[in-house]
Amino acid sequence: MRRLIEGVPPRGLVGLAALCLALIVGPWVANDYLLTVLIVILYFAYTGQAWNVMMGFAGQLSLGHAIYVGLGAYAAAALYVHFGIAPWIGLAAAIALAVACGALIGFLAFRFGVAGVYFAILTIAFAEFARIGFDHFGWVGASSGFFLPVANYAHNDLWTLRGNPTMFYYVMLVLTAAAFVLCRILLKSRIGYYWQAIREDEAAARSLGIDTFRYKMYAVIISAGMTSVAGVFFAFYYNNLFPEQVFHISRSIEMILGPIIGGIGTLFGPLIGAFLLTGLSETMLELLGALGLDVPGAKQVFYGICLLLVVIVLPEGVWPWLARKLGLAEKQS
Amino acid sequence: MPAEIYLNVAVAGLLTGLVYGLMALGLSVIFGVVRVVNFAHGEMMTIAMYLAIALFNALGLDPLVMMLPIAGVLFVFGYALQAGIINPFINRPEHSQFILLVAIGLIIVNVLLIAFGPDARNVQTSYAFDSFMAGPLIVDATKVYVGAATILVTIALFAFFRFAALGKAIRACADNYTGALVVGLDINRLYALTFGIGAACVGAAGSMLVLLVDVTPALGPAYTLLAFIIVITGGLGSMPGALLGGVLIGLTEALAGLLFTPSAKSMFSFGLLVLVLLFRPQGILGRRAA
Amino acid sequence: MAGAQAGTRGKAIMSALLTIDAVSKRFRGVLAVDQVTFEIGSGSIAAVIGPNGAGKTTLFNMIAGVLAPDRGAIVFAGDRIDGLKPDQVCRRGIGRTFQLVRPFPVLSVEDNVIIGALLHRNDPAAARRRAHEVLAQLDLFDKRTQRASALTLPDRKRLEVARALATDPKLLLLDEVMAGLRPVETDRIVTILRELNRATGLTILLIEHVMRAVMALAERVLVLHHGAAIAEGAPAAVVREPAVVQSYLGAEAVD
Repeated sequence: MRRLIEGVPPRGLVGLAALCLALIVGPWVANDYLLTVLIVILYFAYTGQAWNVMMGFAGQLSLGHAIYVGLGAYAAAALYVHFGIAPWIGLAAAIALAVACGALIGFLAFRFGVAGVYFAILTIAFAEFARIGFDHFGWVGASSGFFLPVANYAHNDLWTLRGNPTMFYYVMLVLTAAAFVLCRILLKSRIGYYWQAIREDEAAARSLGIDTFRYKMYAVIISAGMTSVAGVFFAFYYNNLFPEQVFHISRSIEMILGPIIGGIGTLFGPLIGAFLLTGLSETMLELLGALGLDVPGAKQVFYGICLLLVVIVLPEGVWPWLARKLGLAEKQS
Repeated sequence: MPAEIYLNVAVAGLLTGLVYGLMALGLSVIFGVVRVVNFAHGEMMTIAMYLAIALFNALGLDPLVMMLPIAGVLFVFGYALQAGIINPFINRPEHSQFILLVAIGLIIVNVLLIAFGPDARNVQTSYAFDSFMAGPLIVDATKVYVGAATILVTIALFAFFRFAALGKAIRACADNYTGALVVGLDINRLYALTFGIGAACVGAAGSMLVLLVDVTPALGPAYTLLAFIIVITGGLGSMPGALLGGVLIGLTEALAGLLFTPSAKSMFSFGLLVLVLLFRPQGILGRRAA
Repeated sequence: MAGAQAGTRGKAIMSALLTIDAVSKRFRGVLAVDQVTFEIGSGSIAAVIGPNGAGKTTLFNMIAGVLAPDRGAIVFAGDRIDGLKPDQVCRRGIGRTFQLVRPFPVLSVEDNVIIGALLHRNDPAAARRRAHEVLAQLDLFDKRTQRASALTLPDRKRLEVARALATDPKLLLLDEVMAGLRPVETDRIVTILRELNRATGLTILLIEHVMRAVMALAERVLVLHHGAAIAEGAPAAVVREPAVVQSYLGAEAVD
C-alpha cells in the first residue's frame, strides 16, 4: 500500500482525496442529466485506461479496441438473455473471450513481426471482421440487434445489474477506481518497467534479457480483459446491442481520444481526457441546443479539433502539462 | 450458376477494382515518398465525391468530365494540408502521425455529414443504364468508361514519374532522402507536391466512383481501410502493386458477393489482409523496407 | 563438433568462458566474417580490433544473438549459444552495449539501470538498490534522477555500461564504447573497467578503435581484416606485426 503512494507529492494526495470525495458524493448533488454525463465520463475514463495499458505502457497502437467491448458485451448479454446467468458470472465468459481474441491478435502480430502502422491496421481489420460477423450471428440478434429485458427502475438489483442510473454510476465508479489502482500497481512493478523499456526501444530491451514477445502479450491480454468488463457494463446499462454500433471504428476512436488528449502512458491522462472531452462536448451541445440548432456530427468535429490541437500543441497530453503547472509532477526518489 | 454470370461479375469487379487501384495508388505514392501514413485517405476521397455530386446536381456536369478539375481541387487541398499541418510531423513518432491524420479524417467526415446529411446520394448520368455486349459478356457502359479513364490517368502518372524532371525528383526523394538533400532538392516543396498528387489521384478516383456507388459520409473510413488493404496486399510503395492490389480486391469482393452474401464480401478482403500481413508483409510486388 | 575441437585444445578450453569456433557469416555474397576462431578466458579482458568493415560488429552481433552464424559454433560457459535470441543470450550471462548508444530516453538514469537489474530481481526495490550500486561504480549516482536524454555523450556511454552491468553478466561485450570521447573520458572508463575486472572477475570483450584503451585494458587482442583473423596475441606484440600494420595502423598512432 505504501509503495502505491510513494513518490506522490502531498498536495497531489490531497487533490486525489478531494476528487474521490467529489466523485462519491456526486449523485446526490447532480440532476439526472448530469448523472448520465458522469457515467459516460467514467466509462470513457475506464476504457481509456484499459487501452492505455497497451499503448501508453507497452507502445502498441490498437485502433480496433471496440472488438473487446463488443465481445464482452455480447458474451455477458447472451448468457443473461438465453440462460439467465447474472452478469457477474457472465463477466468470466466475457473476459475469457476477449483475452482469447487479444491473445490471437497479439500472437499473430508479434510472432510475425507485425508492428507500427501494420499492427494498427490489423486491429482495425479484426474489429471490422467482428462487426460483419456479428451482423450475421443470429443467436445474438444479428444486425437487427440484441435486447435485454428492461426492468423496473425503482427496484435496484445489483446482481443482475437492473436498476436506476445511480446504481450504474457507482458500479462504474468502482470499476474506474479499480482500473486506476491496478494500473498503478502494474506500473510500479517489474512488468511496468519492462513495458516502458519495450515502448522506448524494443531492441535495447531485448539486450537486457527481456522476453519482449511475452511482455507484449501480457499487455494485450490485460488490456483486452479490462476492456471487456466495460463491454459487460455497456450491455447492461444500455440494454441493446447492434454490431453496427458496438464494433464500429468510431467506437474504437472514441475510446482512444481520452487518453491521447489527457496523456498517453500517464495514470491520470485517461481520466482528465475523459472529463475534458465529454464535459466540453456536452457543454457545446447544450449551447447549440439553446440556440435551437441540432447538428449531428458537431460533437465529432469537436473531438477531431481537440485531437488536432492536442497533437500539435501539447503532444504529451494535457495532464503532464497540467501536472507541471500545479506542481504535481512526481518526484523521483 | 451459369458461367456467364461469373464472367460478368468478374469483369465488373475488375473494372471497379481499377478505380480502387487508382485510389490506392495515391496512398502508395504518399507513403512511398513522404513516408506519412495517410489515415484520412478515404475521407479525402469523399470530399471529391461530394464535390462531384454537388456539381452534377447544380450544373448537370458529368463527373467523368469534371474528373480533372476535381482532381485539381484535391491537389491544392493535399498540397496545403501537407505544407501547412502535416510537414512538422514527418519526424515525429509514428503514432503521432496516425493520430494527426485520424483527427483530420474525423473532422472531414463530420463536416461532410453536417453539410450533406447522412442520406445516400448518387449520380445518375444519361448513360447510367447503358451496357456493352461482347458475346456472353454484358458490361455496364459506366464501368467501361470509368475503367478506360482510370487506365489513361494511370498511364499519365507513370509517365510523369518516369520521364518528367519533377517526377524523377520525387522518386529521388523516396529512394534516398539524404542524397536528395545533398543534391539541393527542395524536400518540403517536393513532399507537398507529392501529397498533392496523391490527393489528386484520390480526387480522380472519387469522381469516378460516384458513378458506381451510393455516397454517404461514412464511406470515408471504409475506403481508407480498403486503400490500406489494397496497398499492403499489393506492396506499400509500389505503384504497380497498388493497381494489382486494387484489381485483386475488386475481383475478390465481386466474386465473394456472388458466392456468399454481399454484406460478407469485405470479410474476404480482411482475410486476405491478415494473410498478407503474416506471410508476405511487403505485399505481392513490394520490396522489404530497408 | 565442439567436443572434437576441445580434445585438441585440452587444457585451454577448461578456463575459456567464451569460445568462438570457426564462425562465418555471409551477407548476400559478401563474406563478413570468415572462419574466425578465438577464445576468451574467464576473468580476462580481450579486444577485437581492425579497420572499418572488418567484421567486428557482425562478430559481436553473432555472440549477442542478433545474428546467427552460417557456420561454426559459439560456446559460452560450456553451452552452445549460437542461434539463441538476444534476450536468451542475456539471460545466460552476456551483457552488451551498442555502438550508437540506446538509452531509454524518457526514463531517468536510475530507471534505465533498474530495468537492467530487474533481470535477476523480481522486486523493484531490490533492483533499485542494485542500480544504485552500479551507478556508483560508474560515477553516475549523482545524476540518477535526470532524464537519460538530457545526459552528455560520455555520461550516456557510462549509462549504457551501467545498464548492461546491472544484469549481472559474466561477460560484458562493449561495442566501441570509447568512440567520440576525449582522452580524459576514455581514461575514466578504462579505470572503471579495470577496477570491475579486478574486483569482480568480470570478463570483458571490447571492440575498439581507440588504441589508447586497447593498450591499457586488453590482455589479448584479435585483429580482423576483411572478416578474417590476421593476428592474435598480446597487444604490444600484435601491434608490431607487419600484417596488422599494413592493414590498419597507418593512421592510428599508439599513444
